[in-house]
Amino acid sequence: MSYARRPHLAALLTIVFAVVLAGCGASPGGDEADNQQQAEQAKQNSKKIDVTKAGDVTLTVWDQEVRGGQAKQIKQLNQAFQSKYPNVTIKRVAKSFDDLNTTLKLAASGPKAPDVVQANQGRQVMGQLVEGGLLTPLDAYEEAYGWGDRYSSVLLDLNRFSDDGKQFGSGSLYGLSQMGEIVGVFYNKEKVTTPPATFAEFEQQLEQAKSGGDVPIAFGNLDPFAGIHEYQTVQNQFVDKEAIRDFVFAKEGASFTSSENQDAATKLQEWADKGYFTPDFNGTGYDPAWQQFAKGKGHFLIAGTWLTADLAENMGDKVGFMLMPGQEEGAPPVSLGGESLPFAVSSKTKNPDVAAAYIDFITNAEAGQVLVDTNNLPAMKTDAQPSGGVSQEVQQAWTTLNDEQGLVPYLDYATPTFYDDVSGAIQRLLGGKVQPGPFTEGVQQDYSKFTEKL
Amino acid sequence: MSIPAATLPARARRRGRAGERPPGEPRRIAYLYVLPGLAVFVAFVLLPLVHSAWISLFAWDGITPGEWVALDNYEAVFTDPDLRAAFLHSLILLVFYSVIPIVIGLLLAAAMSRSRVRGLAAFRTILFLPQVIALVVVAVMWRMIYAPAGGLLNESLSLVGLGALTQNWLGDFDIALPAVGLIGTWVMYGLAMVLFTAGVQKIPQSLYDAARVDGAGPVREFFAVTLPGLRSEMAVALTLTTIAALRNFDLVYITTGGGPGGATSVPAFEVYERAFQSGEVGGASAVGVCLAAVIFLLAFGINRIADRAAR
Repeated sequence: MSYARRPHLAALLTIVFAVVLAGCGASPGGDEADNQQQAEQAKQNSKKIDVTKAGDVTLTVWDQEVRGGQAKQIKQLNQAFQSKYPNVTIKRVAKSFDDLNTTLKLAASGPKAPDVVQANQGRQVMGQLVEGGLLTPLDAYEEAYGWGDRYSSVLLDLNRFSDDGKQFGSGSLYGLSQMGEIVGVFYNKEKVTTPPATFAEFEQQLEQAKSGGDVPIAFGNLDPFAGIHEYQTVQNQFVDKEAIRDFVFAKEGASFTSSENQDAATKLQEWADKGYFTPDFNGTGYDPAWQQFAKGKGHFLIAGTWLTADLAENMGDKVGFMLMPGQEEGAPPVSLGGESLPFAVSSKTKNPDVAAAYIDFITNAEAGQVLVDTNNLPAMKTDAQPSGGVSQEVQQAWTTLNDEQGLVPYLDYATPTFYDDVSGAIQRLLGGKVQPGPFTEGVQQDYSKFTEKL
Repeated sequence: MSIPAATLPARARRRGRAGERPPGEPRRIAYLYVLPGLAVFVAFVLLPLVHSAWISLFAWDGITPGEWVALDNYEAVFTDPDLRAAFLHSLILLVFYSVIPIVIGLLLAAAMSRSRVRGLAAFRTILFLPQVIALVVVAVMWRMIYAPAGGLLNESLSLVGLGALTQNWLGDFDIALPAVGLIGTWVMYGLAMVLFTAGVQKIPQSLYDAARVDGAGPVREFFAVTLPGLRSEMAVALTLTTIAALRNFDLVYITTGGGPGGATSVPAFEVYERAFQSGEVGGASAVGVCLAAVIFLLAFGINRIADRAAR
């Protein structure tokens, strides 16, 4: 190329870069909006309406109710809602959990935001959406529809944020969940003839199972959320439930470095050292682990009630469900648990009142019956009863937990990065790479990186 | 500028009047021909790249307005122990993705250069198969193979009496990264082999004959004839495998999720985690830009060295 031609190339490059730079310019995310004022406005405008008189409305709903009984119930309820209100069309967009979580923020902030979305609890998803002013506060509807009587207060608190998104677990209500879930203890009734009544008895049975050559607790931690469940199930028997809630909701002075947390970590590491878990658990997948338990290998399985249907199908009446027993016999039950992803209303919807009526419809008493009929565990209070077997044991445990306010939320709700932080730390703890003291300190460090900025 | 040269009308070249530009010399209108391709490139490669670089200067959660932090995100790439570890892991993976497959590929090519193998095409296809399978499928399959209980690898080892060698492949803090790397080796060696066997066929048989007349053995022949003859194929193989190693995401995401305890996390995985899970879009962009820079530099370096050696 000759030198004379260079100016043209330069001109071309200039144009290219001008175009490119025009694409940036502003700071990403746009201008600061006054969310609090917007939220107040939304609350004032919210009202319970007669949906039949709302005119023709199309509600776009993004949900992740795609598996077995979950898919069945939402299809059934959507159908029922549209038959009751023929003027409303529900446009359902079903996504997997991961897919929903990775695309929701972009969609909710875009110009064609869906009207109703399932926004996962905690700071990772719901907190950021509230902070961005993308969700409508539902307090006025809560009052009008009487949602406060429908759920235990712990469950509603999980879907609450202050309007600036800084306080979690208090403030305005931003969504309602349909299903409850408990992380409890499944056991093989053929091997565990008398379920343990205290934590010490539980440990004795683990020792017996081990010396009998069986796997005491089926556990696969290659998918590291399982480790959080094991840790919290033990933690609940050492640490006061209020202290854990305060920690998750980032209340003033909450800390992970308490001696109780260290005791819990020590106990769990001791179990790993004694071989109470599936051998090579850090390299075993979640599904293979519970599948082995379902095939009869293992006394106990610490897992969520989302496995109830699968376990019942594989084991019939051989599987039982209980909450981890307390240190003393008859102590009020405490257990890790929560509720399915809450349905929330976008702040960009043109029909917030219809959207609220839809959320009311899929969480009312009749919906509770549909949930039970489709083998789900309803989160709301309901008279509907499953026919028997392990599902009934699960529902009884759920009712007791809610009556006693014994549900403790997932640790990974605490900060946007906490799932990775705490699950990785537990993998290291159980792999013997870190001792209980440094374990709690490391977790605290990751935690305060976020809470300091609140 | 080969495209404009090719588009010069044949008439102009034939006449070659004095004062006219010599044939093959670019003309202004050439830029017009480049424009459609350039527009696509700008819209889908350059713009997003510069935009990412721009976002990387902010602390941004993807929703609320970003806060200008200048180069803080880049500082974190060098100071954050998790990110440093991720880059270190990808350098270790380079050995498994690049070096080992190329060595295997060379050995196979050398073996094939010495003897006429019956059914060569069939062998080549079979050895190349791992390249054809979608990486997601590869990862799911290897996760099953590596399962500590009931996995193919541990079961086979026990079966042949090597029970002592069974491992907690993906769960052990020291073994997980090499285990993931070996999957990469399995995927990449077929590519290296196909490149090299094709290259070997291009080397004139007379060179081999000459080497043999001079009394060279198989080893000498390999270093004196085969290896120099494959220089450009080596550059291609190195570039492709290096890029694959550094941008590796799917294998890690599906087999270990970066675990145990972050022992297998790699930069591309950290980008995904930060951008789509924990809402640190600025930080994710900075890692992405650094990763792109490292890949560019390595690819550039490899090609420079190969070019120089060719001269």
